[in-house]
Formats: sequence, C-alpha cells, structure tokens
Amino acid sequence: MNHLLDERKRRLSQFHEIIKKRPIETRPVDIPDGVFSQCEQCNSAIYNKDLEHNYEVCPYCSYHFKINAVKRLKYTLDEDTFKPLFENITSKNPLGMPEYEEKLDKGMRMAKMNEAFLAGTGKIDGQNLAIGVLDSYFMMGSMGSVVGERITRLIEHAAKHNLPLVIFSASGGARMQEGILSLMQMAKTSGALNLLDEKGLVYISVMTNPTTGGVAASFASLGDINIAEKSSLIGFAGARVIKQTIGQDLPAGFQTDAFQLQKGQVDLVVLRSQLKKTLSTLLKLHAKKVTS
Amino acid sequence: MTDMDKVWQRVKLARSADRPTSKSLIKAIFPDFIELHGDRLYGDDEAIVGGLATFNDIPVTVIAEEKGTHTQNRLKHNFGMPHPEGYRKALRLMKQAEKFKRPIITIIDTPGAYPGLGAEERGQAGAIALNLKELMVLKTPIIVIVLGEGGSGGALAIGVGDHIMMFENAIYSILSPEGFASILFKDSTRANEAAHLMKLTAEDLKSFGIIDEIILEGKGLNTDPEVGYTNLKKQISKQLTKLMKTPVEKLLVNRYDKFKKMGEYEESVIKNEELAD
Repeated sequence: MNHLLDERKRRLSQFHEIIKKRPIETRPVDIPDGVFSQCEQCNSAIYNKDLEHNYEVCPYCSYHFKINAVKRLKYTLDEDTFKPLFENITSKNPLGMPEYEEKLDKGMRMAKMNEAFLAGTGKIDGQNLAIGVLDSYFMMGSMGSVVGERITRLIEHAAKHNLPLVIFSASGGARMQEGILSLMQMAKTSGALNLLDEKGLVYISVMTNPTTGGVAASFASLGDINIAEKSSLIGFAGARVIKQTIGQDLPAGFQTDAFQLQKGQVDLVVLRSQLKKTLSTLLKLHAKKVTS
Repeated sequence: MTDMDKVWQRVKLARSADRPTSKSLIKAIFPDFIELHGDRLYGDDEAIVGGLATFNDIPVTVIAEEKGTHTQNRLKHNFGMPHPEGYRKALRLMKQAEKFKRPIITIIDTPGAYPGLGAEERGQAGAIALNLKELMVLKTPIIVIVLGEGGSGGALAIGVGDHIMMFENAIYSILSPEGFASILFKDSTRANEAAHLMKLTAEDLKSFGIIDEIILEGKGLNTDPEVGYTNLKKQISKQLTKLMKTPVEKLLVNRYDKFKKMGEYEESVIKNEELAD
C-alpha cells in the first residue's frame, strides 16, 4: 500500500515539474493606443469613445477621470461661447529657481495652455458668466503669480461687468517655484472676492480632483456656494504629511468629497453629468434684474 | 561663510529656543495686555493668543501666534501651529476691533497651520481662506510683525495688513525648507540648500515688496532683545499715527493695491480684438 502511495507522489511531482517548465504562450493582441483607458478605481478597461460620451466617468464604478480645462469648458458652456481673457499674462522665474523654465515648458506641452489657469467669459443655457478653470495637467494646477493675477483680474472683470463667477479648481496648491510670491496670491485672490460681495454677485466655486493646499485655503473655499465634484480629493494638508504628524492611519474616505460634505465644508456634491444643469439652475436663482 | 551658510544661520536663529516668543514680546511692548479666549464655536486654541492692550495710550487688539517656551508649554501651545478654531478666534477678535475702531497688531511666529485630522475635519482650509478675505476689508488699521518663523498659509492667515514689518533674523516662506527640499530634491536633509533658493530672509522679502520694513535687532533678539524691541516700538508708534490718520476708504484701497501688486509676471501687448471688449 505504502509503495503505491509513494509511486503516486512521485508521478504527481513529475507532473508538476512538467507543468512548471511549459512556456506560457502569449499572443500579442493588436490594440492601437488611445482606444481603451483603464479606470483608476475599479481597473476596468473602458472603450474611450464610451468614456467620452459619459463625461469621462467610468460606466462601471462612476469614478470621475481627470479632465483638462478645454474639456471642462466643453462640458460646461454653451457651444462656441467661450471668450478667453488675460492670456497675455505669462510666467517669469522671479526667484531664479533651477529647472523652473523647463517645468513651465513641460506644462505647456502637457496642458496645451500657456499657464495653469484659463479665464474668460461664456454662457450657460444662455446666461452670461465669468468663468475660470485650473488645469491639473499644467504643473499640478499650482498657483503662482500668473494664476493669481489672472484669477484676480477675472474677479475684477466679473465685478466690473456685473457677471456671476464660476471657478473650477484642480490644484495641488501654491506653486513652490515662486516661493513667497505664490503664497501672497492666496491673499490677493481671496481679498478680490470682496468686490463681488459689494456688487451682490454670486461666486460658485467648483472643487474638482484635487483641490488642496493653498488653493483650498484661499478662493476655492470661499464660494457663496461650494460644490464638490464627485470623486474629488479636497483638503488643506496632504494625507502623507498628516500621517507623519499624528503618527496614525487616517480613516477610510479621508478628504473625499463625501468627507467634506459630512464635515459641512461643501454645500453639495454633484456628478459631472449633472454639473451644467446644477450651475444653470443656481445661476438662474441668482440672476439680476436687467436695468437698462 | 558662504551665502548659503548665512541664510541657514538665519533659519536657525528664527527657530532657536532662545528667541523670544510672542508672549514675551507682548509682555515687553504691551505690559497691560488682557488675554481674551475662544472662538465661541468650538474651543480655545492656545497656538493663537489674542487680547487687548494699550500702546501709547491707544487701545489696540493684539493677535499673536505663540510657540511656547519649554516642553510642557510648547505642547500647550501646540508649537505655534493653529487649528481652525485658532484662526476663527483671531477673526472674532479682529471683527471686535473693527467695531470699536481699534487698530490691530498681529505677531507671526509659526511653522505653519497644524496638519492634523481634527484640523481637516473642522475646515482648516476654509478657516484660513475666510481670514484672508475678511482681513482685506477690515475697517481698521492692521500692522503685521513677523517675529520668528512665518510658515506658509498658517502665517498669512493673520498676515494681511496695511504695514508689514519683519525682524532682521526672521524668515517667511511658502513652506519649511525641509518640506521644500523634499519636494525639490526628494531629500529633506538638503534643507540648507533649499532655504537659500527659497529667498526667505527679511532682505529678500523687502526686495519683492512683500514686507514694508525690516526691524533691526542689534546683537540679535536671541541674545539681547532690548535693541529690537526699542526699534519695534518706534516703528509701531510711527505707523499707528500714520494709519489712524488715513481715512478708512483710502486705507482699504491702499491695502488692496498693496497685495494686488504682489507677484511677478510678463504681460505682452493685448491683441486688438481683446481691446474691443
């Protein structure tokens, strides 16, 4: 009996050896680039055309992909109504920071914009507004002198022309390469918002993924209405820094849109597919009577 | 000593345990200071000390970031790192000052706003942002003094004002040199190199137009604070007189313009179609 069992063991191990040595056959599948995208949250492969029709939102888990400023305008404004402003304001390297020019060049190539903030005017369902969009493809949407100046001028423009203001934030915070000058943009942009208060004009801040650091701690948190787009990370300090400081793990869902809603920091969380409609309604509710 | 060493020396002086903290400066300059506590919403954050005093017989509101002086005391003041309730206390006292037309004197000395769970839950970003906005239009003169460390948004949240002074050996920056080094070089031990690149000394900030004035320290606040305090008193006196004479509307326009000018950028000629607007 034992003999039979040993024989069986030997054969089994032989069989395993053979299986192990057999090469795994892989055949390359010919999928051209840019046809499928993988969802960062559920790892599903999604046909790019489906993704585009779905506002760049995963159809399986409803994860909102990052989008650039141009796409944001496309999803938000009535067709062909955007008129850019302040594009002639561009960055210098005031601190002489090494490799800053290279980073600016790279940002321009990645975002196909000359800075991280696109400002202008446009229409939502026929309603005029001043609109600004931070683009996270340009140096993480960081705020330096140019971003701060463009935002401030956009606010001044809205106040001067009696326009409501909508700003979409997507930013890692203040731009390190411009040091203290970037920090001061927080005061400059936040302070300018008082001009809209004086005129009774609405400012809607839409925080998208991510809105953190010096941008969260300035104009982005100061909307008359603060909207968080679904799937957004919103907060002041980075999770890694907080973990190091307090020496313990952070709760699941920390600094998500749902967290900010629960903690009372945002008015509402909105799906990207519903954003235009929501903004349109909110603008209507704040429409000023036309005085000729 | 190389330039880099000199800058690093400043960083060390600004943070050194023997540098006077806000409380000892208050004691020397505002001996009749009465502390007022709490934000009336959540609690009393002792990283920010606020209250009333007189200066040359003028009632003033004093708001300061306090790091603490020895281990127990530092813990009590959370090493000068405020939570949202600290910024809300500051704003409450500033609004009070506005009501009674009292000038405000703020003293900055913080590594930064506290990065913690509770701080995030209670809206650190929103608390800082609101101060920045409200300070810009507060209808009373604001004098800002950078005493030691001016750390990022946590400093700026009480740093928007009409006249900004900085002690000779103080630093003021967007981030700690260690944090900057870990971003720029992926190595926080190269903080001395980062500090040099960041341009965070009083002279640097004066050259950028971020601060209005440098308060000379003589031998240094760390060893002999008397000279620095005397210089500071002289300047507060001078500025208070000047700012209190300025009509409020003019004061606010000047304050807005002062911050509007901060930043450096290129501006090319505007195209014709844009001018048509």
